[in-house]
Amino acid sequence: MRLTDLSSKTSRWFDPAAPLSDIVISSRIRLARNLAGHRFTCRCDDEEKKNILQTLRETILSLSQPGDISFIDIAVGSNLERDFLIERQLISRNLAASKGPRGVVIAENELFAAQINEEDHLRLSVLAAGLNADKCWQRINSIDDEISEKIEYAFSPRYGFLTACPTNVGTGIRVSVMLHLPALKLTDQLKKLFDSAKDMNLTVRGLFGEGTEAVGDFFQLSNQVTLGVREEKIVEDFQALIIPKIVEYERIARDRLLVKDANILDDKIARAFAVLKNARLISSHEAMFLLSNLRMGINMGRIKEIPIETINELFMLTQPAHLQINKGQLLNAEQRDILRAETIRAKLN
Amino acid sequence: MQCEICKARTATVHLTEIIDGQRTESHLCQNCAQKEGVTIKNQLSLNELLSSLIAAHQQTDENSGSEKSRKACPECGITMEQFRKQALLGCPKDYDVFESDLREIIEKTQDNNSTHKGKVPVQTHISPTSKHEEQSKMEDLKKQLSEAVEKEDYELAAKIRDQLKKTQ
Ligand SMILES: [Zn+2]
Ligand SMILES: [Zn+2]
Repeated sequence: MRLTDLSSKTSRWFDPAAPLSDIVISSRIRLARNLAGHRFTCRCDDEEKKNILQTLRETILSLSQPGDISFIDIAVGSNLERDFLIERQLISRNLAASKGPRGVVIAENELFAAQINEEDHLRLSVLAAGLNADKCWQRINSIDDEISEKIEYAFSPRYGFLTACPTNVGTGIRVSVMLHLPALKLTDQLKKLFDSAKDMNLTVRGLFGEGTEAVGDFFQLSNQVTLGVREEKIVEDFQALIIPKIVEYERIARDRLLVKDANILDDKIARAFAVLKNARLISSHEAMFLLSNLRMGINMGRIKEIPIETINELFMLTQPAHLQINKGQLLNAEQRDILRAETIRAKLN
Repeated sequence: MQCEICKARTATVHLTEIIDGQRTESHLCQNCAQKEGVTIKNQLSLNELLSSLIAAHQQTDENSGSEKSRKACPECGITMEQFRKQALLGCPKDYDVFESDLREIIEKTQDNNSTHKGKVPVQTHISPTSKHEEQSKMEDLKKQLSEAVEKEDYELAAKIRDQLKKTQ
C-alpha cells in the first residue's frame, strides 16, 4: 500500500449515512493481547521484538480478511509517514515514538488495524462510523478468536488476558466513541457531562488536540474498567445507554439554541464560514475550531450549500502530515498554513 | 494491482519493509505470499516455552531467600520498585510473582473487581469457561481460608472449608 493512495481520501470512519453520525463520529474497540512465553514489549530486546513481530505479522496476514491487507514496518518509515498514520488513527503516538522492531497491519479499508509491539505485543482495533460499538465488537471478537486458534495468548483464569499495564488486564477491551458536542460546549454543559462520565468510570479526552485540550468540540469517551465486567456488557452500556443519552442532551442543547439564541448561533456559523472561505493563512488549530462550527451549522440546517461530506473530508485533509503527503514534500509551518487555507478555499468556494 | 511473482492473480498482500538496508515495497497475491513464507502459520515453539519455564523455576529457587521489596521476577528481572516507577510490568508471570502487591493496585484501578469475567482464548477452550470460573473461585476460597486461619477465626475457616469441599 502506498500512503499516497490513502492520503487523498477521507477515512471510512467519517460516514454521514452511519447511525447518529451528526453527533457520533465513530465507534472503536481495541483489544490488548500478549503472547504467552514472552516478556512484555518494554522488557524485550530487539531480538525478542523481532520474533514477536514475525509471529504476529504472519498470523495476522494469514487471517481470512475480505479485501486488501497491508503491513507497514514502523521502524522503517519516516517521521512524516508515522505522523500521517497517527492522523488517520491507524497507529498510536506511543507506537510511533517507541523503538525497535514494530509495525501495523491494516485491512478492511482502514477499519481494522493491528499494532504489533506497542505497549502490549498486539493491539487489535476495529472502527466503524457512527454509533456502532456492537458491530465493532462482533468483528473484533471473531478476529480475536481466529488469532487465538493459531497462537497462545498470555492468559490467566483469575486475571484474564494479561497486559503490560494492569489497567488493561482482564478483557483488555477499550471501547471509545468519538463525539461532536458543539451545542453542549456553547451552553456550558460539558463540565456537568464530564463529571457524570467520571462517576461512571469513563474517561473523556479531547480529540484532534494535543493532550487533554479539545480542539473543535470533539471528544472521545472510553471505558476505564477492564476487569470483572463482560465485554458484551461494556459494549452494550455504550451502545444502548451512555451514548444515546449524551446524543439526547446534545440535541436538546441544539434545539434550545435555535429557540433562544438563534442570532448568536447563526453569527458563529456565518463567521466561521466567512473566515474559512477567505483566509490566506490558517493554522490547524483555527481550522479545526472553525470547521467544527461550520459542521454544526450544516447539521442544524443553518447552512445548506455545503454537503457534510466536504467538511468531514476537510478535517482529514487539513492535518499537517496529510497536507505534506498530498503535496509530496516537507513543508514548514507557514507553508502548511498557506496550503491549508488554499485547500479549504478550494473546497468551500 | 498484479501479483509480482505469478503476475496472474491480484495482489492483496502489500508489504513495506527494509531488506539489506533498502526500503522495498512488495505486492503479492495470497497464494504467492504463502509460498514465500510471508503468511505461513507460525506456532510458538513448545521447546522454547518449556525451556524458559524450567529456567524460571530454577531461578525461583535461588531467589527464594531474598527480601520481599527487592524481589525480582525470575523471568524478566523486574522488581516492584521498578514497576511503581514505570507503571508497566515486565512479563505475564509478574501477575503471580507480585500477586499480593498487585492485588491492591488492580482492585483500586478496576472498580474493586479482582476476577476476570468475559471471553477466554480459543486455545484454552479445551477446559470450558465454567471450569475457569470454578478454578478462580477455588483460588479465592483457598486464599480466604488461609486468611481466616491466620486470624484464628476457626468458625469462618470451617465454613470456607465446607464450601471448598462442595466446589471440589
Ligand atoms: Zn501470485
Ligand atoms: Zn516478570
